[in-house]
Amino acid sequence: MFLGRVVGSVWATVKDPQLAGLRMLVVQPVTPSLEDAGQRLVCTDCTGAGAGEIVYWVRSREASFPFLPQEPPTDATVVGIVDSVHLRGEGRAC
Amino acid sequence: MLIARVVGDLTATQKHPSHEGRKILVVQPLNLDGTNRGGALVALDSVDAGVGDRVLLVTDGFAAMTAVGRPPGSPIDMAVIAFIDRIELLPGVS
Repeated sequence: MFLGRVVGSVWATVKDPQLAGLRMLVVQPVTPSLEDAGQRLVCTDCTGAGAGEIVYWVRSREASFPFLPQEPPTDATVVGIVDSVHLRGEGRAC
Repeated sequence: MLIARVVGDLTATQKHPSHEGRKILVVQPLNLDGTNRGGALVALDSVDAGVGDRVLLVTDGFAAMTAVGRPPGSPIDMAVIAFIDRIELLPGVS
């Protein structure tokens, strides 16, 4: 799983029927110290995360598991909203 | 499996139910010579690891789910499954 920051949302009207009703977020991967790292991607969401929030996300086939028994064609899903990160004793609220 | 160092942990109130009751660790994968191997990752904990521990990290979904005692179908793709006590290498390998 990976840390990221929600930087936007994606809306799509015409899409795979299994994606109906799912929120799609633009996520910027970040390092544990919350600096941007790598390229942005689109994730489906099972947490209700909003813009600006630090989240953690899962990739590959496991990304479709939060939506079982449906199996939407997603390869990245936000599975948690991060309250705080603690690095070697230094706490950091998100 | 990867060798990794636990560099922190995080808290998340809003997350997938299958992640409840497990510590969420920030881990840095390592090369055999101890240098960083790519960026830091987020993994669930199955051995009560803490910051500074050198651990074994699985990055396969099924292995990770079963290691943390969650059923197949849980959105988990990484887990810390062991503490590393010692690594022995053939002479000349680093």
